[in-house]
Amino acid sequence: MDRLLVLEDGSVWKGKGFGSDNFRVGELVFNTSMTGYQEILTDNSYCGQIIMMTYPLIGNYGINRDDWESIETAAFGLVVKDLCENYSNWRADETLDAFCKSQGIPGIYGVDTRAITRRIRDKGTMRAIMANADANVDALVAMLRQSEPLHDQVRRVSSTKLYSVPNRGPKVVVMDFGCKLSIIRELSERGCDIVVVPWNTDAKTILSFRPDGVMLTNGPGDPTDVPEAIETIRSLIGQVPIFGICLGHQLISLACGAKTYKLKFGHRGGNHPVVDLRDGHVEITSQNHGYAVDADSLEGTDLVMTHQALNDKSCEGVAHTKYPVFSLQFHPEANAGPNDSKGMFNEFVELIKNEKEKKNA
Amino acid sequence: MPRREDLKKILVIGSGPIVIGQAAEFDYAGTQACQSLREEGYEVILINSNPATIMTDSVVADQVYIEPITLDFAKRVIYKERPDAILGSLGGQTGLNLVVELAEDGILDEYGVEILGTDLHAINRAEDRELFRALMREINEPVPESDIVHTVEQAVEFCEKQGYPVVVRPAYTLGGTGGGFANNEHELRKICDAGLKISPVHQCLIEQSIAGCKEIEYEVMRDANDSAIVVCNMENVDPVGIHTGDSIVVAPVQTLTDRENQMLRSASLKIIRALKICGGCNVQLALDPESFKYYVIEVNPRVSRSSALASKATGYPIARISAKLAVGLTLDEILNPITRTSYACFEPAIDYVVSKFPRFPFDKFANADRRLGTQMKATGEIMSIGRTFEESFLKGIRSLEMKVDHLEMKEMADMSHDELMELIKKQDDRRIFAMAQWIRNSNAPIEETIEELFNVTKIDRFFLYHIAHVLHLEEEMKEHPMDVDVLRTLKQNGFSDSYIARNWNTTPKAIYDLRHEAEIVPVYKMVDTCAGEFTSATPYFYSTYEQENESIPSQNKKIVVLGSGPIRIGQGVEFDYATVHCVETLRKAGYEAIIINNNPETVSTDFSISDKLYFEPLTTEDVMEVIDLEKPEGVIVQFGGQTAINLAASLAEHGVKILGTSLESIDKAEDRHEFEAMLHELNIPQPQGETALTVEEALEIASRIGYPVLVRPSYVLGGRAMQIVHNDDELRVYMANAVKEISHDAPILVDKYIVGKELEIDAIADGKHVYIPGIMEHIERAGVHSGDSISVYPPQTINDEVKATIIDYATRIGEGFGFIGLYNIQFIVDHNNQVYVLEVNPRSSRTVPFLSKITGVPMSHIAAMAVLGHSIEEQGYTPGYRPEEKNRVFVKAPVFSFAKLRSVDTVLGPEMKSTGEALGSDVNLEKALYKALVAAGIKVSPHGNILFTIADRDKEEALPLAKRAANIGYGLYATHGTAEFFRENGLFVHEVAKIEEEGNLPTVTEIIRDGKVNFVVNTMSRTSRKNEDDGFIIRRVSSENGIFCMTALDTTNALMKVLESLSFSMISMNEMGK
Repeated sequence: MDRLLVLEDGSVWKGKGFGSDNFRVGELVFNTSMTGYQEILTDNSYCGQIIMMTYPLIGNYGINRDDWESIETAAFGLVVKDLCENYSNWRADETLDAFCKSQGIPGIYGVDTRAITRRIRDKGTMRAIMANADANVDALVAMLRQSEPLHDQVRRVSSTKLYSVPNRGPKVVVMDFGCKLSIIRELSERGCDIVVVPWNTDAKTILSFRPDGVMLTNGPGDPTDVPEAIETIRSLIGQVPIFGICLGHQLISLACGAKTYKLKFGHRGGNHPVVDLRDGHVEITSQNHGYAVDADSLEGTDLVMTHQALNDKSCEGVAHTKYPVFSLQFHPEANAGPNDSKGMFNEFVELIKNEKEKKNA
Repeated sequence: MPRREDLKKILVIGSGPIVIGQAAEFDYAGTQACQSLREEGYEVILINSNPATIMTDSVVADQVYIEPITLDFAKRVIYKERPDAILGSLGGQTGLNLVVELAEDGILDEYGVEILGTDLHAINRAEDRELFRALMREINEPVPESDIVHTVEQAVEFCEKQGYPVVVRPAYTLGGTGGGFANNEHELRKICDAGLKISPVHQCLIEQSIAGCKEIEYEVMRDANDSAIVVCNMENVDPVGIHTGDSIVVAPVQTLTDRENQMLRSASLKIIRALKICGGCNVQLALDPESFKYYVIEVNPRVSRSSALASKATGYPIARISAKLAVGLTLDEILNPITRTSYACFEPAIDYVVSKFPRFPFDKFANADRRLGTQMKATGEIMSIGRTFEESFLKGIRSLEMKVDHLEMKEMADMSHDELMELIKKQDDRRIFAMAQWIRNSNAPIEETIEELFNVTKIDRFFLYHIAHVLHLEEEMKEHPMDVDVLRTLKQNGFSDSYIARNWNTTPKAIYDLRHEAEIVPVYKMVDTCAGEFTSATPYFYSTYEQENESIPSQNKKIVVLGSGPIRIGQGVEFDYATVHCVETLRKAGYEAIIINNNPETVSTDFSISDKLYFEPLTTEDVMEVIDLEKPEGVIVQFGGQTAINLAASLAEHGVKILGTSLESIDKAEDRHEFEAMLHELNIPQPQGETALTVEEALEIASRIGYPVLVRPSYVLGGRAMQIVHNDDELRVYMANAVKEISHDAPILVDKYIVGKELEIDAIADGKHVYIPGIMEHIERAGVHSGDSISVYPPQTINDEVKATIIDYATRIGEGFGFIGLYNIQFIVDHNNQVYVLEVNPRSSRTVPFLSKITGVPMSHIAAMAVLGHSIEEQGYTPGYRPEEKNRVFVKAPVFSFAKLRSVDTVLGPEMKSTGEALGSDVNLEKALYKALVAAGIKVSPHGNILFTIADRDKEEALPLAKRAANIGYGLYATHGTAEFFRENGLFVHEVAKIEEEGNLPTVTEIIRDGKVNFVVNTMSRTSRKNEDDGFIIRRVSSENGIFCMTALDTTNALMKVLESLSFSMISMNEMGK
């Protein structure tokens, strides 16, 4: 069935519909990963966003049981050039179309995704909505222009309950802002005894678990939308080793007095080079963020930049000069994307160990 | 890290002549590397024996040595040039092997020459199977169970333990030469024996077969700072078992989840880091389609065919960057030359589907074994780009120039279901077409059909479903003739106008018109390495049927130049050379030069060569769409070989202006009747001949002009299906067999075959005058295709009168035919010094780069200027014959790939068989010949033995050659008849038995296999079936054992000259004066 993708700049793209027809206004963003649509679609950082894959053939290997990054999806839509209906992979058990239907994600295929990508590149991310072929386009455009951006995405995707992922190693409290399951996987693999807490859990509660470390996860939206969390982090710094990823990185930066800003069209893909300023080594990283920490604003804070994007020189990681706190803008847990930076989890576990030794000494 | 300051002069090794497994991709890589190093301020010394390449243009390096790529000659270059470092990883396997040889020789240490890029340790660890396996074990990367063997018995022992099937891979060979699958002991013994012989270290790897796994490749790069990236990943449509060079390959991978992809990516990076390569490397992996199990198949520690493909598929110039990494630069300080806003340290994201199809030589070698396996057989390849899989795939098919414009082969229409399945199981080059036809004919539900095909082929269901989708669209098409909506869908899925037209009973032009009326026209998207994420200004485009067009035509004066498509026998890298030169000239002359081509291996498809590159099939439809958009002043077809020439007529029908030699003039040379009429009018003799449409007509003509006759179809490329016929019976056989394969309506030419010397010229005409840079004389007499002859400049044996006649004819033809640009003429001179014209090619030719380089006349440049309206005189050249070089002789020797093409007869004849060429030059003919032969891979030893098996009619002529061999101390071996004849004439001969002959004598094949003889001379005898068969076997055994087998006595004569110059004659005092 024909379906439309309407952008706030008034452009209308006609294609075919798939998935659900749960049309919602979302921020249209593009991702340049050539594999990994399942991980991307199930990544809660995309809450409130309509994802457009720049690679034209999507659905090739279907959807499988294992490669989920959340239990429930949060993306508002999926835009592809060519939807593959006959998937082929030994682990696949449903089509992308069936998955989108069951997850309430509307999809559109058969549109010139490269043209739309170029438009976003030039004008920045835009609000967009899908619609039936007979929809009143002018009304939709007007609606898009008036629609308010979301501010409650973290609340939507964070766990509302405390739960534990038990193990015998270091105790780590994970503050869930929309946590990718791969972060849990990486910590578990390193033996961490995990307690996951909702985003608005206060410092006292967190410390009551007597954690060896705190993990601040990725999550959707503008970091300034969750001032409570910033407050919590501020009081945790100095009391426990902290590792932040993506939104967690931005929150640490804000907690230390740095500033964040919205990028024109964000970094979304699996091919972003990041320089580790500590040794000059470059790693190819998985990224998904629309906001970034203003590198200049680090001056005067207790943070130093440890990682930097090679291309636009934006801040990709910071470390605290006084306390065992560090964070990364990119995704060392990969999925989707390269495994180059998984060692950062080792650094976290090492840090925890060293701090413990220091304490015991 | 900045570039290294301690190095000044770098020696770069090229890859030498083009053979199967090592083709134009190294011209592209080598040229880029040289430019890249010079950009950084280094002095570059190049050694490469291939004259047909851009790489050996004197402007590419500071000093270009077109010399044999052997230890001996490379050492001479090192003595003379004293380089600080050597870079071999851009010259293919040849380059790496030479670096190893030089290192082992000790000269590199002695002269303090450092190995850059891939060091000796890395080469050895990647290339030596045992070291490689040890390394893989060390870093925990899985490899299939295997064993290194040095004898057949060891192989058998391994298999008794591990079981069959196994793969046999000889060590250190090009393109997997000599390898294969063995399902049982018998096969194992045969393959392993051949493999041990062909391996320079007499070593084979016997490996547990992983056939049926997905074959996935990663092109990786690493710098001195240990940063490493993947430029591109690729998935072979064919599972493991078919050489990747012969597989259909798509990029990026299509059927891998991110988890599988990242697992293999991490493994690839781990490997390049373990090898510590500074530069590019190719990692091939096998992935079990039913689990996460994978194996590392192979690592090429250098740029490769795959890296050229990856460069063109992504826009990321691997060779250029590799060269910079080799001299110490790091990935994060090199700007990405595509975007110029991002760095080379990133992984390209592509937003299209790339398909690569191999181009096989089976149209030329009808008898070759078409089955595909671990030994590469393709001579070239094409690449196509689309936004859907179907579009990319179908564009690829019509780029192949195999007379197919769709996933459909005429010859299969009448095949039964079982016959098709048999063909599919055979795994030959037509399997994809057979599969499509099989699905078409199948009545079962599509799921079942695909499941059955998958079980047979192990080609991933993803690909099978997409093929099935194409067939589904065919049904739609057939049900809705002239329906515009259906047409749009078909075009989005890559269907060609010509195929649609056939099904809708109309002409391609009518479909084209219908499309344009309905505004169904392609748009052009940019190849930008980043899926549109960054602005870039790369002038590199492909067509697709979508909304936004990114190729905005400029207001400049522009010209479209058509490339020559895939490399095949008869149309090699020489045409790319001419294309590149033409484009350079146009740009210098102030035109915007636009290239249309589809060969990913070549220099012409490097986006920095032209103002705009369209990567498209070379068909009327695809070319016309570019022309419609760009509206150029005209199109130049004369540099792109027969591919481009063949498009001239249909483009002209669309109203396109053909620049340079006009369509009428092209026809005068290509149309038999017009050609005859023209020569007649100019009073230039040609061998008597006529055209025949039937067997009877042919017989009648032959009886009138007398045997032997030369028969061939009109409009041919590289002498396809051409043969010398001696009697009625042979003629009948020829007419019955060869002809129907070529074309049903093209007539057959029957010409008098004249025995004589063959010569050729390449010349330039400006419409008024002609300029002839040189005459080349062929060593082999007429009857051997000019591309397979050894060619000499300046001519050595013709007198001034003949020369004057040739110049006169060439001039009159150039002027009389009204050529503007390049043309080529083949002459024959009979025993009475009568000169005949054999053929005239109104275009660039195979010999243009050779002649340009040795005379220093930039022929393609002058021709391109002439096309633009600048006369020869205006360009500073005096019309007429250029004075000959006096102090140096230049020899071009053909290079064959027979070892890789089983069951192809190596006998030289009117059909071209060579894949490449090498140049030798020196102060006299003998020295030049020596170099040319050595460069062509022939082992020329001053001592040894030579085997003669000579047809009766050639025995008299062979006798003096045998005598000369004996005089310089060469031992003679001969089969019975020949031996007897030589003995009667006073020569001492070792007699050998014929094949399968009983008795005490060793057989002819035994002495070849045992390496008793250095050379074989075998002339074709047609006196009996047994003789013919034996001759064939002798020739095959020679080529498979790396022994130079000469089938023309002229070649032997040339060889004797060389051997004599290397030897001292052994004549006793008693013999003096006799």
